[in-house]
Amino acid sequence: MLEINNLHVKLEAEDKAILKGVDLSVGTGAVHAIMGPNGSGKSTLSYVLSGREGYAVTAGSASLDGQDLLALEPEERAAAGLFLAFQYPVEIPGVGNMVFLRTALNAQRKARGEPEVSAGEFLKLVREKAKTLKIDAEMLKRPVNVGFSGGEKKRNEILQMAVLEPRMCILDETDSGLDVDAMKLVADGVNALRDAGRSFLVITHYQRLLDHIVPDVVHIMADGRIVRSGGPELALEVEHNGYADILAEVR
Amino acid sequence: MLHTARADAAARLQAMGLPARRDEYWKWTDPAPLLAAEVAPSPALRVERPIFAALDRVRLVFTDGVFDAAASDSPDLAGVTITRLANAGGVSDDWQGSYGALESAGQVPVKRPLAALNTARATDGLLIHVQGRAPRPLHISYRQTTDSCEAMLHHCLRLDPGAELTLLETGTAAARANLVLEVEVGAGARFHHIRPQGRAAGRRVVSHIFARIHAGALFKSFTLSADGALTRNEAVLDIVGDGAVAHIAGAALGDGGQAPFHHDDTVFITHGAQGCESRQVFKKVLKHGATGVFQGKILVRPGAQKTDGYQISQALLLDENSQFLAKPELEIYADDVKCSHGSTTGAIDEDALFYLRSRGVPRQEAEALLILSFLADAIAEIEDSAIQAEVIARLEGWLAQHRG
Repeated sequence: MLEINNLHVKLEAEDKAILKGVDLSVGTGAVHAIMGPNGSGKSTLSYVLSGREGYAVTAGSASLDGQDLLALEPEERAAAGLFLAFQYPVEIPGVGNMVFLRTALNAQRKARGEPEVSAGEFLKLVREKAKTLKIDAEMLKRPVNVGFSGGEKKRNEILQMAVLEPRMCILDETDSGLDVDAMKLVADGVNALRDAGRSFLVITHYQRLLDHIVPDVVHIMADGRIVRSGGPELALEVEHNGYADILAEVR
Repeated sequence: MLHTARADAAARLQAMGLPARRDEYWKWTDPAPLLAAEVAPSPALRVERPIFAALDRVRLVFTDGVFDAAASDSPDLAGVTITRLANAGGVSDDWQGSYGALESAGQVPVKRPLAALNTARATDGLLIHVQGRAPRPLHISYRQTTDSCEAMLHHCLRLDPGAELTLLETGTAAARANLVLEVEVGAGARFHHIRPQGRAAGRRVVSHIFARIHAGALFKSFTLSADGALTRNEAVLDIVGDGAVAHIAGAALGDGGQAPFHHDDTVFITHGAQGCESRQVFKKVLKHGATGVFQGKILVRPGAQKTDGYQISQALLLDENSQFLAKPELEIYADDVKCSHGSTTGAIDEDALFYLRSRGVPRQEAEALLILSFLADAIAEIEDSAIQAEVIARLEGWLAQHRG
């Protein structure tokens, strides 16, 4: 599903390499986790895949189902089935959550040549998805993320994921700023979306999220490269010993 | 009686002289095009679906600055008496001493010569006396049919204690227009004013609202300005009774790419009573060399304790060629008050833009959403949801036409 080969990325504004040859292959229906210390390039990878400005790809490739992601605008990547759950979801005053979600869904459908969803159908769809995430009707009416708690913002990200039904979901430090209960709620929402046709890339600093979203493969990223890959036990190793041992080993 | 009021206004004008660039309140807006002997032509804009057409209202039409009875509804609105200014000379003892009174009072401490000129020379307008709660909005609809016409209109409203009226004022009055609205809001009365100013690109308009707001009364005015070569909207709100509320808001959209755009809001709110609230909420979206001006003042008189005054003026610059000039002023002579002001100039938030695009919303659609988001606080000043929805639809229409 997601194929990344020898990806090199630098900041556009300065001559600073951040990703230095990332190789990653996420199969259909698989859940991969990327762990790594601060500054290893985890978030940059998620931004580059979703098309944020400010980065320059200097070498390598990234594709989704064989389609060259790097050649697409961010909205085209979304329509192609890519979704990034933000570490810091953006507040948009004056734009209702429902209006935002419906605009997004219909824009994607339009881009794929599918018919738009009517207001009635949409309302039904969102209510159903919101219920499982314990998002109340009041939260749907409020402006996007405005006045939301940290937990509400992250649940709202998962709601968007549930409504937009992407094929490739990237979760960027979704556990940051969440207490255990909020994290569990978010993890339940993600687990409910796991199926044979949908893949996940879970980026996290801590192992604790992976207790709830159990990955098939764990990668350790350091200094812009994936330095080790393994099963879920790799996450436990990090939890017990920190990153120092692994980093020392690969150096 | 109007004869005396007009003569007094002419004398006021004579004494203060016409405005010029050297006047402090005209340093950012050149009044010359408003005063030139020749009216620069501005092609009349044919509007396919006029705003508020779907609302149940009483519509009174002015065509090229002249009341157009044939195009108007019959002026039957329960609790509201409407007299045409052009006919008022003989009929209206009721308006004795009212015409021009608020304009005259509003000349201190800042002179407003174009308003005095209007009182002296206005050729038409409406005298509206609201005695009860009007069941439907009153709609003053301006139409322009000739390219070089000029209009000088003067409306007076008086809301008796406890009365209520929603006034819709729409369209382009003329290629060049000078409009004055005097509003006396009696104790406990409620006045709502929604004013989409028409989209004729070449129009030049100076408007003045003079309002006196009595105890426990509510005054709310919202102006939508999209396009227009020169717009100067002045408002002078005098809060004279305890516990009154005065809100004035505006959303302006200017694209200097096709025609020049210069938009100026000049507001003066005086708190002269206790426990009153005032709000000034002005937002401007500017692109392709458009210019926005905001001059807003809150004056709190001695003894006007527990005043709650707030002022915000913000511009969203969609490119680097546009500019926003703002002068917020507070002058406070009471010690137990809460007054604040803020003014910002910025570009579209790139983080928010990326967030929307990452969800599949194409760039231009995402930008339009963020512009509406920017304008939201001003639009929220419109209380009626049906009216608000029509204003938002107009904004969306304008944004769809001015992408990129």
